Amino acid sequence: MIEFLKRLFGQPGSSATAKERLRLVLMTDHLELAPEMIEKMKRDLVDVISRFVEVDRDRIDVTFERQDATLAMLANIPILSVNRPNGNGTHKPAEQPAPLPEASAAAGASAASSSAKASNTKPPVRKRRRRKKSQRAAPAPAT
Amino acid sequence: MHQLQPNPSTSSGQAPSTSPEQAEAQASAATAKRGRAIVLTSGKGGVGKTTTAANLGTALARRGASVVLIDADVGLRNLDIVLGLESRVQHHLLDVLEERASIDDALVADKHSEKLFLLAAAQSREKDEVETAKMQALVSRLCERFDYVLIDSPAGIELGFKNAVAGADEAIVICTPEVAAVRDVDRVVGLLGNRFKPQLIINRLRPHLVRRGKMLSVDDVNGILRLPLLGVIADEPEIIVTTNRGEPLALQTHTATGAAYHAIAARVAGEDVPAPMPAAAKPSFAERLSAFFGGKRR
Amino acid sequence: MSARRIVITSGKGGVGKTTTTANLGATLAKQGKRVILIDADIGLRNLDLVLGLEKRIVFDLVEVAEGRCQLRQALIKDKRFDSLAILPAAQTREKDAISPSQFASIVELAAETADYVLIDSPAGIETGFRNAVAGANEAIVVTTPEVSAIRDADRVIGKISAAGKPIRLIVNRLRPEMVRSGDMLSVEDVCDVLSVELLGIIPDDEEIIDTTNRGEPVVLGDGNRLGVIYQKIARRLEGELVPFTTFDNQSLLGRLMGALKTG
Repeated sequence: MIEFLKRLFGQPGSSATAKERLRLVLMTDHLELAPEMIEKMKRDLVDVISRFVEVDRDRIDVTFERQDATLAMLANIPILSVNRPNGNGTHKPAEQPAPLPEASAAAGASAASSSAKASNTKPPVRKRRRRKKSQRAAPAPAT
Repeated sequence: MHQLQPNPSTSSGQAPSTSPEQAEAQASAATAKRGRAIVLTSGKGGVGKTTTAANLGTALARRGASVVLIDADVGLRNLDIVLGLESRVQHHLLDVLEERASIDDALVADKHSEKLFLLAAAQSREKDEVETAKMQALVSRLCERFDYVLIDSPAGIELGFKNAVAGADEAIVICTPEVAAVRDVDRVVGLLGNRFKPQLIINRLRPHLVRRGKMLSVDDVNGILRLPLLGVIADEPEIIVTTNRGEPLALQTHTATGAAYHAIAARVAGEDVPAPMPAAAKPSFAERLSAFFGGKRR
Repeated sequence: MSARRIVITSGKGGVGKTTTTANLGATLAKQGKRVILIDADIGLRNLDLVLGLEKRIVFDLVEVAEGRCQLRQALIKDKRFDSLAILPAAQTREKDAISPSQFASIVELAAETADYVLIDSPAGIETGFRNAVAGANEAIVVTTPEVSAIRDADRVIGKISAAGKPIRLIVNRLRPEMVRSGDMLSVEDVCDVLSVELLGIIPDDEEIIDTTNRGEPVVLGDGNRLGVIYQKIARRLEGELVPFTTFDNQSLLGRLMGALKTG
């Protein structure tokens, strides 16, 4: 009866779990890297970016997508402040796009492009596919 | 194609130079402490080899046996997914065969059963990179440490299948009640020959279709194959859910299918329990209605 | 004019390659196209069984490759569809009995007298798969909405796109009621993960088991729902823009019935 009620009111099923697992497993298949190595790469990547801007380490989202024949790494790294704590901030007026931290990843054999998107206070947006248009580095909003 | 031979190195426990007679003698002497290497195969794909391997391994481990599952499907590995261990795989079968990792480094401990381990296949390699002799030697070494070495064979009868079989000394064949699957199992059993003592699991039976004469029955299937029957598993949507979650159904002993896997495990272990059969579910209201009106088809 | 040469493959076995090949071939033939189906699963042939032609086999693919007979002698005409013929695989040989270039030249030969050559690939990514892909210039990848089938499809898509051949996807065995209850990946989920063009969505239907038992393609009968779906797939192959059948118009009553049925 509980099963019946669950079905009737549509309790969250296993397909969400399945999709998340697939995402991870295909990422590791494509990169030929163990999940642990991917985590390490993410950490190192963020360490490099952190030398220039202050980032929100808790809300970093790094994914990998196959685009035609190549593999792309998409990093969504919220930037808390463009001004570095020790004052290397040379950011420009809001009209002109600020130079973005452009981390080129040499992950796996074929990881090709990477784009770091900056956002100020919004949580990382997780749009997976059909993001080609927004892949151009978005202008960093002035703080 | 010649019939395949069971693993000479597990049969002899020594270098393959031993004569067959010596091998037989030593095999019977060593049987008591040696683990059993069993290949799960089918010819046709998608009949449930991997699901069966995961569930049988889980059920055997629950009985207290130590079990290692080898995914022999190099290039298309899936046993890690069915067990929910995909994020823990660091090294794989080819790493071990090529001595880049030790057996202990490569074995992944199961989440649920402490006596169950997985040796994953390499995903980005090809099947012809596996050396048959090394595969046989690896299975022999695992047999020294584990009670059961279950080898999940890839579909087909190409090199991957031959390597999976090479290490084994027994076989379990999985068949669904479909003409194509029965034909393929028949072909595989012919290739295996009697030395692997093939036993049969019939998977994905839908009793309501059998009753309506739209699916082969257990007797139909085994009337053709004539193999010792380990058990019959019903086709349940639950299987898809457990794969989604990475939790084999054998963990749920209260479900009919979970219990069926445990009965099969008991039979594999040599216990004299009846082969599990899906309960012939009562005809549904709709079925009775259509039978009443003599409806042949929807 | 030479035919389109399409391989139907999947990585994982048992997802419905052979059934799809048989039914898509029959549908195209019904629409007046000249179709030749080639079973590339040497050693484990099944296309003949699905079409009920197993008793009429005289010669096979390997015998054609070895020059022991002409292609036209080995082709079995399906009497129910005027313009449908199959080239069966050899059952007692191995996949390496034929080389990729031999396979490709047989496909080439078949293409001279047909509008479509559909190649039914074996499961896996070994020799048999490589042969089947070598003969084709486009691919249809069949998958089911299950994690392991999708992972294998992804692997195969990687291999075929590396060869520069266009790929389209058929999602088979969809169970709309399980998608609704959240226990099965949706077609959107599958396409999202695999990112290839969708060619068709085929619901899980017990009728397929019955028709395969009898060796009749399910599209033989008129007006059944799978027949309509295969017709749409055939039209999409021809380049027509045909909307996808949606399976998710479910009322509360429908949900209630679904819950009663599965519960």
